[in-house]
Amino acid sequence: PLKANPVDGNYCLTCGSDKSLKLWNPHKGTLLRTYHGHGYEVLDAAGSFDNSQLCSCSADKTVALWDVATGQVVRKFRGHAGKVSCVQFNEEATVIVSGSIDSTVRCWDCRSRRPDPVQVLDEAKDGVSSVKVSDHEILSGSVDGRVRRYDLRAGQLYSDYVGSPITSVCFSKDGQCVLAASLDSTLRLLDKDTGELLGEYTGHRSTTYKLDCVLSEQDTHVGSASEDGKVYFWDLVEVSRGLTKTAEPGEGILRHPQAHPGRGCDPRPPTCSRWRMLSARRSKTTRVRSSLPEMMSRSSVARDSTALACGLWLLTRVWAAAEAA
Amino acid sequence: MAAESSDSEEEDLVSYGSALPALQEGERIKKPVPLQEQTVKDGKGRYQRFHGAFTGGFSAGYFNTVGTKEGWTPSSFISSRQKRADKTILGPEDFMDEEDLSEFGIAPKDITTTDDFASKAKDRIKEKARQIAGVVAAIPGTTAFDDLIGPSKITIGVELLRKMGWKEGQGIGPRIKRKPLRQKPDPQVKVYGCALPPGLSEGSEDEEDEYQPENVTFAPKDVMPVDLTPKEDVHGLGYKGLDPTQALFGISGREHLNLFTGGSEKTSDLLGDLRHSKGRKLGITGQAFGVGALEEEDDDIYATETLSKYDTVLKDEEPGDGLYGWTAPKQYKSKKRFETEVKYIGKILDGFSLASKSSTYPPPDLPRDYRPVHYFRPVIAAGNENYHLRKALEQSTGKLENDTTQQSRHTLNASQRRDRLGETVLKGPAPSVLEYLSEKDRERLKEVKQASEQQMKVKMLPQQSQNRFQPTSANDAPHKWQMFLGGQLANAGSSDFKPFARNPEKQKRYESFVQSLKQGQKDMLEHYLDPSMTEWERGREQEEFFRAAMFYKSSNSTLSSRFTRAKYEDDVDKVEVPRDQENDIDDKESAVKMKMFGKLTRDKFEWHPEKLLCKRFNVPDPYPDSSIVGLPKVKRDKYSVFNFLTLPEATTSVTQATNERIQQNNNLNSKLKPSRWDVSDKEKEKKDSISEFISLARSKVDIQQQPPVPMTEECGTETNETLPSEVGTWLCLNLKGNGTFFFLQKKKQKKHKNKGKHKNKKSEKESSSDTEDSSDSLSDMDTTENLLKRSQILQWITRT
Repeated sequence: PLKANPVDGNYCLTCGSDKSLKLWNPHKGTLLRTYHGHGYEVLDAAGSFDNSQLCSCSADKTVALWDVATGQVVRKFRGHAGKVSCVQFNEEATVIVSGSIDSTVRCWDCRSRRPDPVQVLDEAKDGVSSVKVSDHEILSGSVDGRVRRYDLRAGQLYSDYVGSPITSVCFSKDGQCVLAASLDSTLRLLDKDTGELLGEYTGHRSTTYKLDCVLSEQDTHVGSASEDGKVYFWDLVEVSRGLTKTAEPGEGILRHPQAHPGRGCDPRPPTCSRWRMLSARRSKTTRVRSSLPEMMSRSSVARDSTALACGLWLLTRVWAAAEAA
Repeated sequence: MAAESSDSEEEDLVSYGSALPALQEGERIKKPVPLQEQTVKDGKGRYQRFHGAFTGGFSAGYFNTVGTKEGWTPSSFISSRQKRADKTILGPEDFMDEEDLSEFGIAPKDITTTDDFASKAKDRIKEKARQIAGVVAAIPGTTAFDDLIGPSKITIGVELLRKMGWKEGQGIGPRIKRKPLRQKPDPQVKVYGCALPPGLSEGSEDEEDEYQPENVTFAPKDVMPVDLTPKEDVHGLGYKGLDPTQALFGISGREHLNLFTGGSEKTSDLLGDLRHSKGRKLGITGQAFGVGALEEEDDDIYATETLSKYDTVLKDEEPGDGLYGWTAPKQYKSKKRFETEVKYIGKILDGFSLASKSSTYPPPDLPRDYRPVHYFRPVIAAGNENYHLRKALEQSTGKLENDTTQQSRHTLNASQRRDRLGETVLKGPAPSVLEYLSEKDRERLKEVKQASEQQMKVKMLPQQSQNRFQPTSANDAPHKWQMFLGGQLANAGSSDFKPFARNPEKQKRYESFVQSLKQGQKDMLEHYLDPSMTEWERGREQEEFFRAAMFYKSSNSTLSSRFTRAKYEDDVDKVEVPRDQENDIDDKESAVKMKMFGKLTRDKFEWHPEKLLCKRFNVPDPYPDSSIVGLPKVKRDKYSVFNFLTLPEATTSVTQATNERIQQNNNLNSKLKPSRWDVSDKEKEKKDSISEFISLARSKVDIQQQPPVPMTEECGTETNETLPSEVGTWLCLNLKGNGTFFFLQKKKQKKHKNKGKHKNKKSEKESSSDTEDSSDSLSDMDTTENLLKRSQILQWITRT
């Protein structure tokens, strides 16, 4: 999996089955730091708002909190009964929210030294595949086909039935919608308040793997990885028009596209043609060669002007759309 | 110069002094000693200089220089590694000559009273000086602590006085009875002469109101030394100058300068004392122009005096007072001062105002027999051997304090402490330690303690007999048992102790048995036993009942009295399940198919976040009063079909594991590591055993009709992960073994308007008749319990 740094996009973070996390500079393609400490493959990682801490989760059933500068594990949270598939910081990096195959979402306290989770959200009937945190909500997608939104402020649990196992969920940047990707090769944009379907995005293939979906920084585009090795982008509103593919076919499966947060100041949103240019590799391409031989996953980071992907071809790619334009 | 040459001439001359000796012949006239050679030397031949005005002068150093004869060579200079020059602390005396230390020197060494013999009675002057210094100091009040640090030396005189019974603040002399009320001078009788000092008259006034018991004597009043300072100034009698503290210490800036009260006497007194103690004159003698330029305390000299601080109008003068003005007699002044004292000087908060009426409260009503005399009751410990003292005390106070209330808490036992703390008494009988002892020990104890034997016997008897008890026959047993149980069964059976809850009939029999046992109907005991049992069985059951009753008694009285009952009983038949459940998946399935997201697909639950989590998220706790975390839970029957339907967790892992294994096998040759979401086509074809079971069941039911669409799809495509929940929704039961299957749904059946689309009508009817009434369904569940278990077992068998 690959994560862009949530603050400015100046770093990107990869983790994989070599049990390590790697911090990269996506612009120069240099490896900044490697974090060792997990016993099995690292399934997800996230960075704190101030770039000072990382959290990661692994198939060794643990969730780890890292200090970026020293590279040491600050805390290790044990308690999940199975592989921990997803992890997120909350807004102030005081709580780590992790979802596991054991069908629970656990909230870990980073402040205190207590070993137990603050709260266990065990409403899911099956493994939790994806979890996201907003300022007052925890969003979890589960294989039981439900998107659950725990609203801490209202003290309510909203459970939306999608049917097909959910692989990835994410909030829209305006906080009004929820995007859910499921194994029926469909992305659904649901209204957060009512649960109504606002948009459905199809065309990619997602039936087997846990592929990520993403909304662009300004909620203009919906992106998803696909099993045909491409990254798909849709225009958020005009679904039929906006289908775009990127990445080279035949190079493997893309799993973790990531919206690039930072410099979203480009007034002109990317158009389809611009994405095509990307796919045609007219843009400047930086290759971040990963040293891991069996890095299984690849992600893409899509921003207004930058796309980033890592995948089965053991490469992390960064496209600079602005250069192309 | 008187001439003695002729008497006649000299008679009228006056001569002074002695005449100079006549000059010798040929003698030269002495030259006068020049001024620079006129020196004065001391006894040791040292030159004296006229520096000291009256002490004969002194010289310092070498010819009044600071040096010595040797110059500046220090005589005590030692330079060596081993010996270092002693560090001498030089005091002023080291630079003084002997004359300085003599009687008239600057540091005379004469005999003075040492500290040990100085009176430690509080020096009023010093006290006041200290008080003032405390007010003036940078940190007010610090000097007050000097008293605390000061050495506690008591002079011999004070010590002696104390031994004689004197206490500080008392006067010296024999204890006196209070004098009868002193007559107030008759106002009509004119008294001439000086008024009494205010201190004396006030003191007498204080005594007037006091209640005076007969046998109480008082120490004489401490006599304050009368200030006999003669009046040396030319001011009028009673003249008091401007209060210099206001000018000096900056109080005037804060306070309204009241020119007309004449200043407070206290502060002027204090300052007078301060003046003495500091050994210098402040130079304030009553003129209104406070501080001289040479005074040190001229900090506030540039403080701006505004006219607003002064009264521009003579106000607050009552008509009668106009006669007196500011030189009013004391009565008027004191009245005024009282008023000002009541006033609140501090800053009044915005929105508040001073109360116009000062509310006064009446003194409390005293009980009729109240005597304002405190009797000391010295506490003598009960164990004290001083018998006579105790006796005397008993007589004097009428009460000997050997109460347990006065004992230290360590000597109390638990029950005494409990009584004192007001805790409730334990329900069970106080257990004796003997009950926990072995028989031998008890035997031994018995021999040792003859006195408590009787009491012990009662308690030991049932236990001994219990140990030795051998069931001989059913007929003997009741008598024996009843003898022992007798009164102990008083509350047995009344509570919810149910040893035979599993077997309701037996329990019923047991309860009636206990009832009869309590009532003493030993003959009736056997009536409650099951007549269909054999003799031996009956005997056994009877014994069992006895034992149960016994057990209940012992556990109830000794153990359960020590422990509080658990709030939630360990009810094995009940299980906590979430109150609200996500359900009606088939409804939602159809809604999803029709893309009718929204209300149909959404479930909304009350969810309680942990308080800490809210704190970490900077979100107010939505349910600040609730202790629930997560979804609210309710208790349901454990062996209810509904609960089984909602607890698929146990089966998840198994199916998952098997699936993963299969997946691994399937994907051995493929390079990609499959994820757990991966469902290969092969697997889709291979149906899980449970789904097979279900589909088989369904096919039996739905012979004529189409099988439910969502069901088949679920069974076909999502066998691996989602299956357990599917099993949860659909469960087929062969209720009466007649071949009809019932499809039970998790929740209350909704009236499906779209009949026949998803469900079999026939089965729906029957299932609704089963589940519509929850109580009916529950009773059904009890009967179908075994069936359920069987179906579960079937599942497990087919899986493995």
